[in-house]
Amino acid sequence: MEELSLLFNGFAIAITPYNIAMMFVGTILGVLIGTLPGLGGANGVAILLPLTFSMEPTSAIIMLSCIYWGALFGGAITSILFNIPGEPWSVATTFDGFPLAQKGSPGEALTAAFTSSFIGAFFAVLVITFLAPMVAKFALKFGPAEFFAVQLLTFCSFVGMSKEPPFKTIAAMMIGFALASVGMDSVTGQLRLTFGSEEMMRGFDFLIAVIGLFGLGEILMTMEEGLAFKGTEAKINARVVFQTWAKLPQYWATSLRSSLIGCWMGITPGGATPASFMAYGIAKKFAKNPEGFGKGELEGIIAPETAAHAAGTSALLPMLTLGIPGSPTAAVLLGGLLIWGLQPGPLLFVEKADFVWGLIASMYLGNLAGLIVVLTTVPYFAAILKIPFSIIAPVILVICAIGSYTVANAEFDMILMLIFGVIGYVFKKLSYPLAPMVLALVLGKMAEGSFRQALLSSQGDLSIFWSNGLVGGISGLAILLLISPLLAKLWSLAKGGNKAAA
Amino acid sequence: MAISMKSAFGKTLVGVMGAGLVASVSTSALAAWEPEKQVEFVVPAGTGGGADQMARLMQGIIVKHNLMKQSLVVVNKSGGAGAEGFLSVKNAKGDPYKIIITLSNLFTTPLATGVPFNWKDMTPVAMLALDQFILWVNAEKPYKTAKEYIDAAKAAGPGKMKMGGTGSKQEDQILTAGLEKATGTKFSYIPYKGGGEVAVQLVGNHVDSTVNNPAEAVAQWRAGSLRALCVFDDTRMPYKAKVTPTQSWNDIPTCKEAGVPTDYVMLRGIFMAPGVSADQVTYFVEVFKKMMATPEWKEYMEKGAFQQTFMSGKEFADWLGKAEALHKQLMSEAGFLAK
Repeated sequence: MEELSLLFNGFAIAITPYNIAMMFVGTILGVLIGTLPGLGGANGVAILLPLTFSMEPTSAIIMLSCIYWGALFGGAITSILFNIPGEPWSVATTFDGFPLAQKGSPGEALTAAFTSSFIGAFFAVLVITFLAPMVAKFALKFGPAEFFAVQLLTFCSFVGMSKEPPFKTIAAMMIGFALASVGMDSVTGQLRLTFGSEEMMRGFDFLIAVIGLFGLGEILMTMEEGLAFKGTEAKINARVVFQTWAKLPQYWATSLRSSLIGCWMGITPGGATPASFMAYGIAKKFAKNPEGFGKGELEGIIAPETAAHAAGTSALLPMLTLGIPGSPTAAVLLGGLLIWGLQPGPLLFVEKADFVWGLIASMYLGNLAGLIVVLTTVPYFAAILKIPFSIIAPVILVICAIGSYTVANAEFDMILMLIFGVIGYVFKKLSYPLAPMVLALVLGKMAEGSFRQALLSSQGDLSIFWSNGLVGGISGLAILLLISPLLAKLWSLAKGGNKAAA
Repeated sequence: MAISMKSAFGKTLVGVMGAGLVASVSTSALAAWEPEKQVEFVVPAGTGGGADQMARLMQGIIVKHNLMKQSLVVVNKSGGAGAEGFLSVKNAKGDPYKIIITLSNLFTTPLATGVPFNWKDMTPVAMLALDQFILWVNAEKPYKTAKEYIDAAKAAGPGKMKMGGTGSKQEDQILTAGLEKATGTKFSYIPYKGGGEVAVQLVGNHVDSTVNNPAEAVAQWRAGSLRALCVFDDTRMPYKAKVTPTQSWNDIPTCKEAGVPTDYVMLRGIFMAPGVSADQVTYFVEVFKKMMATPEWKEYMEKGAFQQTFMSGKEFADWLGKAEALHKQLMSEAGFLAK
């Protein structure tokens, strides 16, 4: 196989002591960046990009992409320990990761998250290695209508998930949509709902909302429940890694499904965040024990983490082959490639084969390095939960404040974060679900944009959403998922009715 | 109709005038000003776009060649189509530790949204380059020249041909409106988030044409997926090295030659806050001049087929005045002005 010989050639390029050192430096920096909410992979890579201009392009991209892998790994840490998503794609990880950690198994939650991340990434790298040319062509089929269908599918896979009454779910989702529409309207180029305020022009950044809603909201809840001055009674030993690994194989179907969702969303490019939500929603639909989701189910950590990492990794494929970034971080890396005189696009694989296969080889090695780095830190991170709340709470507050400031270097965002914290608290007290609101906030703007682009190109004709097999198939699947709980109910009613009649 | 953004000075006078002005300022100052702390480099656009790339490249070159003693820190302020970034500079009166890179949103954002800022609210430092625009179609399509494509658009009827572009009521849509007016066609304009995305949508046949910058579409052009019909400028691009197997940038005809009389270029320039001293402006002009002499910058200019025009001082201000008037005219004709 031609790919294999190219790949081994790539390993030969990537495995130099200098490059391996860069890999570890990159992953450690990345984990730190991912842990601090708000800083984010894109910002982290952007800040460090100019430092690499004096390096060899291959070493530079290896280090930068390792920062990216590290950030993907690190995003899970604060989600699980403090309910603060370090990165947008770790929001879905909080749903089960945080409860599991609170139940006294932070080590198990972290190990599951890291291992799943690695599996997702590994699957994605395999796809990149062997299917790159084919997959690149598939991405070209995605126009606005197809993107909207994918976003619709994400919403539909998530609807009917929460245990709260449907009307509360819809209300929360609508608030999310309303918040998403503030700021610049990308289709008309006009400002919306800013009320003339300069601060509102930025709109509501998803991360600021999430840091407030989840992180601060959680602290307020804990304070109300009586200040627990003790830390969690977590049993921590180094063996927790192996104990968790023994449990993972039974979830192979979830891992595979989530890897596929992740690769698909990364390549098309839908992004890691929708991928993680979709994988979580679908895992719950297929789970043997859907009741356990949201209370600390291991499967609820595996699904979003696998998908997010698969998407994050495969997002590099459209960047290399087409020059379109599949994620914000990929966009910054793309800029880096151009600065080094490398032209991402269909010819990169031909003209700079050494560089491309060196990078792909470094994806295998970088992720392995990342896994080793994060797994060795599991006991230390898990031990943080043993620190009494009265000491850790102020630290979390500071992290929340710094995180919301770094998103856009704006002081106003810290005030916004505080407001979202209060909203999060009120939502929890009134048992309104937060997840639909967050989902609407992150996907609302994208879905609106794609919908209107599609209608612009069809001149207002809605049939564009069924105009070919691809878009029709995705739209159909979305609607099927949406009505599946209803169908299931009807089915059981009909069965029950038959029994009653008989 | 000819849309012209060139000043009547001509390109040869550019260097002479700029240099003269700078020399007179720097000799009058006793001690040259130098920054004593880090300088914030504002990008009024998101990470990964054209302006962001240029800013980060400049930062990299300045570090590598040690052109500034203090560090330069790139900060993205993209809110409100860049208004956030421009307002932050406008409100930093007298602060020499803030510079901003511009794209066409310097003119288009205040006109389209009514957010109160104008280039006159800031201190112009220098024009670094002008970015070109090219009319692209998918290579599978039969149109070989701009005229054939425009004729096809006319034959198809108003709104049937789809023009993809970056953003709404910004350079791509303004250029489309100018093209429509000059040729009597009507396109359905579809706004996307970034230039790379636009190029790929054209390769996937989701739009019929684009007015991408050279750098945004060059990868797909070289791969043979796209065809360049004409460049929206009054002279051809100077770069004669072959980019595709058969064509160089210089082989692309101007739209005027191709019978589509439209031209438009986009400013890549630097501004400072209002109320800074002449010394402080001079310092940055000198840094940028040294930066522009580096091989890295020259390579970047050629890769992206930029028009390398340097201006500063009064000449730059005159150019800005004309460019603003042109944008106002184009946008009012297209009905893009904020009410």
